Amino acid sequence: MRPVDPIDFAKGPTAGGSARVSEAVARAIRARRGDDSVPQRPRDPAPSRTAYRMNRLWLTPSFRFFLRRIAPLAAVAACVGLWFASEEHRTAFTDQIVLMKSEIQNRPEFMVKLMAIDGASEALAEDIREIVAMDFPISSFDLDLPGMLEQVEDLDAVASAGLHVRAGGILQIDITERTPAVIWRSDAGLEMLDAEGHRVAALPHRGDRPDLPLIAGEGAEREVVEALAILKAAGPLLPRMRGLVRVGERRWNVVLDRDQVIMLPEEKPLGALAQVVALDQAKDLLGRDVAIVDMRRPTRPTVRLTEAAQDELKRLRGVELGVSYR
Amino acid sequence: MTDLYEAQRAMRNMRKAALQRGVIAILDVGTSKIACLVLRFDGERFMGGDGVGALAGQSSFRVIGAATTRSRGVRFGEIESMPETERAIRTAVQAAQKMAQTRVDHVIACFSGGNPRSYGIAGQVDVEYETVSEQDVARVLAASDVPDYGTHREVLHAQPVNFQLDHRSGLKDPRGQIGQTLAVDMHMLTVDTATIQNLLYCIKRCDLEVAGLASGAYVSGISALVEDEQELGAACVDLGGGATDVSIFMKKHMIYADSVRMGGEHVTSDIAMGLQIPFATAERIKTFYGGLVATGMDDREMIEVGGESGDWEKDRRTVSRAELIGIIRPRVEEILEGVRECLDAAGFEHMPSQQIVLTGGGSQIPGLDTLAPKILGQNVRIGRPLRVQGLPQAATGAAFASAVGLCLFAANPQDEWWDFEIPAERYPARSLKRAMRWFKDNW
Repeated sequence: MRPVDPIDFAKGPTAGGSARVSEAVARAIRARRGDDSVPQRPRDPAPSRTAYRMNRLWLTPSFRFFLRRIAPLAAVAACVGLWFASEEHRTAFTDQIVLMKSEIQNRPEFMVKLMAIDGASEALAEDIREIVAMDFPISSFDLDLPGMLEQVEDLDAVASAGLHVRAGGILQIDITERTPAVIWRSDAGLEMLDAEGHRVAALPHRGDRPDLPLIAGEGAEREVVEALAILKAAGPLLPRMRGLVRVGERRWNVVLDRDQVIMLPEEKPLGALAQVVALDQAKDLLGRDVAIVDMRRPTRPTVRLTEAAQDELKRLRGVELGVSYR
Repeated sequence: MTDLYEAQRAMRNMRKAALQRGVIAILDVGTSKIACLVLRFDGERFMGGDGVGALAGQSSFRVIGAATTRSRGVRFGEIESMPETERAIRTAVQAAQKMAQTRVDHVIACFSGGNPRSYGIAGQVDVEYETVSEQDVARVLAASDVPDYGTHREVLHAQPVNFQLDHRSGLKDPRGQIGQTLAVDMHMLTVDTATIQNLLYCIKRCDLEVAGLASGAYVSGISALVEDEQELGAACVDLGGGATDVSIFMKKHMIYADSVRMGGEHVTSDIAMGLQIPFATAERIKTFYGGLVATGMDDREMIEVGGESGDWEKDRRTVSRAELIGIIRPRVEEILEGVRECLDAAGFEHMPSQQIVLTGGGSQIPGLDTLAPKILGQNVRIGRPLRVQGLPQAATGAAFASAVGLCLFAANPQDEWWDFEIPAERYPARSLKRAMRWFKDNW
């Protein structure tokens, strides 16, 4: 309970009697009680010097901008900075981030469960599965699709590949295979090349792919296009053809069975070959006992006969001349 | 003299800086109230609308903050108790800043005390070359014979009123004209140094920079007199709280200013003494029931005087309004007599136009328009200040004549002595201008 203030009993001016006297009496009693709380003086409406200065400072636009925009930012930055200053807070923070990341990545929506390979032969598919080896299910965030694509495209038998994660968590690999066009016999063995001269696969035996033509010689693999053109031009000779030999990395020899060889020139080999084919069809040139048809100078085709044919020729000439060499 | 010259020049520079910033405060330090207005100069011209004209090009500003507070520590328009006045200024400035929502650093102040005294001074000089140059104007201003106005006084205004070239008088701007002798008439107003210094100190204590000082008589004249009155000649009487300012205008220049050291506060103290009541009550009774012309009705209108004495008899007194008028009227008559004396001393009766405009808070007493003509002459009107843009309704009364005038003064100050060039002879010896002048004279 509040102590009784004698001033409460002082008579007001309207109650009759002198208010001033009762007020003085009350003040005296209060002083005797040692309660010296002076009655409030009328408030000074003027701001104190400090209040006035603070008010002016607050009205300064730059200060206001600083306090309202920059200071909160700075305070937040300072708090964050102080928190991050400690090593264990930093690691806790990064751990938390990693945890959250893996939690999201391992959600079933993002999991890849199997791999589908389209457009590849059985053997190639096996190869692809071998190099793109991974244990499903795996999160699609962990898949390195560009890297895998590069790996797959590095395979010789693959012309181009497409890699994407299909709906349903399937890693789809679309393959366009290289088709072997020729067999190239080199020091290392037999290899199949496609029409552009790119290696497709090794071949253990020539007999495995009798349908493919054979090319040989140093630098042959770089001129597969030309070789294919020659093969195409050699149409009627194909059944007899054993292969093409690159000579001196500049020109082709067409090797037929019975060890017959057509030496083609460096330039315009197709024309020369056509000439030979025409000769053959007209005069059955290659059906005769000819070892080499030398077309290195297309203007001056030369024919080398076999030993037996030479002897026969000499004999016939001797008969003509009446001379016998035997 | 040069000291003040420099000080005034510094104030003008300060004013320029304030206008650049766009915000300036107006401080009218009166005896009964201190008014503070915050003006924003944004350069945009306000053209007409809402019954407010373009104010003859003076509307480049608008009032964005206004505050008044009861004045403390001021008597007769002079600061008597500096801490009190400083507090009152602080109150007014802070309230005005709050309304304007901006901080003001520059203030233009006016006051009415300090025994303003007018001097008409004249100077004459031969024109140096054929045509009058700025230097000639500067030299003629410097050549004017400044009277000995005393060591304790300072020049508040020194305005060239009239230029005369040979026999042609009444020139506003003699530059470029051809003539032999250039003469100037100047009006100089001096006030007590102590008054100015006290005011400057109070303003400085409030962290404000003074960008100008003006006499209350002058600024209330430029706001209360309409243009043709200023042109044809008129007297403006600002009935203030502690001092009554008198200024006489002619051809848009102030040619005389004086003040009567009596005002509304004296009326209030007369009432307080005559009716034995506190000062605040007397002020209230004066503003509610005050008047100057008693009629039979006023005998019957009883005013409750009231009181806080606790004595029933004393606190229940009443006076009739006629009694109150009987107290007020002699004092107002006395004030107007003082004004009459001032006008007589200035030779107002020789003016072509005898217009007198009463303004200031005291001019709101009912019946002043019948009393004043009896003492001052027939051409008396009660003037209110010009309307300026953005001024709150509460501050448009006659009591704010000097505050409004100060706004106009801040926007378009009249050229004073210190606004002209300094004559080249007075430059310091190593000045570049002096060297230029030497070249001009010798080559």
